[in-house]
Amino acid sequence: MANAPILEMREITKRFPGVLALSDVSMTVTRGEIHAICGENGAGKSTLMKVLSGVYPYGTYEGEIIFEGDEVRFSNTKQSENAGIAIIHQELALIPELSITENLFLGNEPGRFGVIDWDYAQSRAAELLDLVGLKEDPDTQIKTLGVGKQQLIEIAKALHKDVKLLILDEPTAALNESESQHLLDLIAGFKKSGMTSIMISHKLNEIEQIADSITIIRDGRTVETLNVATDGVNEDRIIRGMVGRSLENRFPDRTPRIGEKFFEVRDWTVQHPLDPDRLVCKNENFFVRRGEVVGFAGLMGAGRTELAMSVFGRSYGTYLGGTIHKDGREIKVANVHDAISNGIGYVSEDRKVLGLNLLDSIKRATVSAGLGKISSGGVVDALQEYAVAEDYRKRLRIKANSVEDGVGKLSGGNQQKVVLAKWMFTDPDVLILDEPTRGIDVGAKYEIYTIINELAAQGKGVVLISSELPELLGMSDRIYTIFEGQITNVLSAEEANPESLMVSMTSTRKTGPAA
Amino acid sequence: MSKFTEGVRTLTGGRGISQYSMIIALVVIIVLFDIITGGLTLDPTNVINMVQQYSYILILAIGMVMLIIAGHIDLSVGSVAAFVGIVVAQSMAVWHFPPALAMLLGLVTGALVGAWQGFWVAFVRVPAFIVTLAGMLIFRGLNQVIGSSTAVPTPDSYNWIGNGFLPDFGPDFGYSNPTLILGLIVLVALIWSEIRGRRKRIRMHAGVAPMWVTVVKIVILGGVTVFATYLFSTGRVGTSFPVVGIIAGVLILIYTFVTSNTVFGRHIYALGGNSSAAVLSGVKSRRVNFLLMVNMSVLAAVAGMVFIGNAQASGPFDGTNWELDAIAAVFVGGAAIFGGIGTVPGSIIGAFVMAFLSNGLSLMGIDSSWVSVIRGLVLVAAVAFDVYNKTQGRPSFIGFLFKGSGRKKPTTTEEAIEAQPQGIDKPLGDKVDERLPLS
Repeated sequence: MANAPILEMREITKRFPGVLALSDVSMTVTRGEIHAICGENGAGKSTLMKVLSGVYPYGTYEGEIIFEGDEVRFSNTKQSENAGIAIIHQELALIPELSITENLFLGNEPGRFGVIDWDYAQSRAAELLDLVGLKEDPDTQIKTLGVGKQQLIEIAKALHKDVKLLILDEPTAALNESESQHLLDLIAGFKKSGMTSIMISHKLNEIEQIADSITIIRDGRTVETLNVATDGVNEDRIIRGMVGRSLENRFPDRTPRIGEKFFEVRDWTVQHPLDPDRLVCKNENFFVRRGEVVGFAGLMGAGRTELAMSVFGRSYGTYLGGTIHKDGREIKVANVHDAISNGIGYVSEDRKVLGLNLLDSIKRATVSAGLGKISSGGVVDALQEYAVAEDYRKRLRIKANSVEDGVGKLSGGNQQKVVLAKWMFTDPDVLILDEPTRGIDVGAKYEIYTIINELAAQGKGVVLISSELPELLGMSDRIYTIFEGQITNVLSAEEANPESLMVSMTSTRKTGPAA
Repeated sequence: MSKFTEGVRTLTGGRGISQYSMIIALVVIIVLFDIITGGLTLDPTNVINMVQQYSYILILAIGMVMLIIAGHIDLSVGSVAAFVGIVVAQSMAVWHFPPALAMLLGLVTGALVGAWQGFWVAFVRVPAFIVTLAGMLIFRGLNQVIGSSTAVPTPDSYNWIGNGFLPDFGPDFGYSNPTLILGLIVLVALIWSEIRGRRKRIRMHAGVAPMWVTVVKIVILGGVTVFATYLFSTGRVGTSFPVVGIIAGVLILIYTFVTSNTVFGRHIYALGGNSSAAVLSGVKSRRVNFLLMVNMSVLAAVAGMVFIGNAQASGPFDGTNWELDAIAAVFVGGAAIFGGIGTVPGSIIGAFVMAFLSNGLSLMGIDSSWVSVIRGLVLVAAVAFDVYNKTQGRPSFIGFLFKGSGRKKPTTTEEAIEAQPQGIDKPLGDKVDERLPLS
């Protein structure tokens, strides 16, 4: 039974009104392996997992699912859980105000007659935390934990139920490198103890590192299943399967034309909004030249977003000191409105929470930060509004029927393009991009990189904050490293490599930015 | 068929379709009651009475929907209206203010009340629910303090704004001349705006509806206008279109424009849809929230002043439960409790639905206790219908009528997936709050 499949999905077809989401997708998962599913956004990966876990009940799809040798027909997620299939979604489903223990047993409370057996819960929680390698007091409130730890708690929650097949949907999307590594090690450890895992991820290097086999899905169809041990898999090979062609370059070519230093932040110091004893920016100095793409590298929580948002109209924390200079003059940026009128734009890290009103149409979202430019006397010119939105839709190749479509219905990549359009329309001189390619697929990433290069070619300064070192190295002319709220180093494109960056991203030694 | 349904879609406006299901519901209610009451509902006298009696809901619903779109609410409108009413009545009774000055005083009082409430909501960030719950107690109390808990009569020269009519003039054709002229103006404006909107869409190269759609729309709306003109011009001798109707109508037009065509309007929707994103797009949230609260109280003041004119006195129990009428109208009119969704015209239709319901039931001689029960049931049913449709991905009543073809089919997987029923996945709110202490 060693290599018997634990799961077979046969010719799964799933239709939504007017759309064929999955077409004859088949997949076989061997017992005890780590099986990766790759595909661009919208290829059907998540739909497939929802079919498997009973989110889409039996009868709403065609095909059959064989789990542990028997055909299963789940009509809800409870049934698939009872069968031993646990799915950990991209969006964490923990309750911030409750403790770790309370979250672990939510919906599955131990005890009798509705009375919870807290003694048992406490000791079991400690065991589970131990399993996932998390050293936290089980009474800790979830909201005090970072995303990485929350992810581990989700896994611990799944482990409490007798899991035979663990499905992870983009588990490392929001994690930094060390947290991601911990998670990957953990999954590898589960494998040793005999558990089977299915992992959906956009991070191909992780898949390469950990997966035993890889199923690639494109446009709702299975393209191929690769065996990592025998097929000689590497990132390029996976990408070729995903996009149906090989991407020669992951980053578009660009000849930098870098002008004079025109934007500078000096001695920037910001206090944490809730904890006055904590400084999130400590005396930071940086500058941007015209036509330059400046990268900001740092681990999660290092203070990159905090720096960017506080510079952008003091949108984060309490301003303590520091000045912003543009074109040789000090500018006053006390709020977002000032920032925009002084030519600063900020594309936020989380487009759904901070970047877009998901109820807007593409048209309304595109003009939402630059209404002043298409209105007179406070009245919006509908013709201009339409023209502007239509122009950006074409230029950025936003895939939609028309600019009247809701942004909530767009894919991640297209939503991100709308956010970019929104900020490009404000015509900023300095555009700060905070994780602009998070959670979007390879093809859309390339398009976003192209847009970034175009902005730089227009003589704008681009600040690129990213957790993906290859992206920073591929795009930036200069890279600042941040550690614990301090800029620790600045490296030119030639000097920078993953090792040199990592050293500066993890050391407290303040080397000071080279002028 | 597809071209036809496409046309139907355009006819129903595409966005915020659910309000059109309310229009249909409204027509059904009116026709039904008219049949049951043997024509009493659409009797000119009844219609004129209704406008005078219920216009306060229309005026309040305007301000309320704007607040609800922005994610707030105002429970104090009834008390504020009563407070302003007693101030106005007393100013005329005690200080012998002329009516115009008294009205000005009323508006200023409303603005001050709004500034008080707006301060707490916008600057101290106390939830509007709490601030206005307090306001409900405070201003009800102040009304009774100022009026010594008794009714204060208002002079006839003032009452015109509540129970007056457009003055008649010209030869007698058996119809009220000013009403005819008003009807004609509305009709012309309607046709003009429809044609202008059509031209505009052609210039934007946006999807233009077939000509028959425009014609049908003009015929329907024109027909309603002509019918209404007929009703209001054939009332008892001495009546014509009520002054309060003009006040409410003008306010509706102004605020429809403000909410849909101005930067301020956009900011309201932006704050309600995603306040963090709005603030990061340069929306001055404090200013917008403050102005919305002031606006609401000023409209409450107008409603209060109109009401005492109609009642010919300001009493200690004026405006009781008005907040509930206004809020019900807004939600029946398709607004979302989480903010970001709603329209002024939708809320007006919601207000009409509730008003015709009350009026029709009482014309039928049903006990007011039961009227209350039925109104409550209708509110739940209307919103449940709306919620159910949204979770089913069926946006409208129209969708039922043209089942299988009325709705635009999703063209991508992403869309199809979005159309599936989903829970409310609000992002971790406190994370955002921590980020944005300024919002």
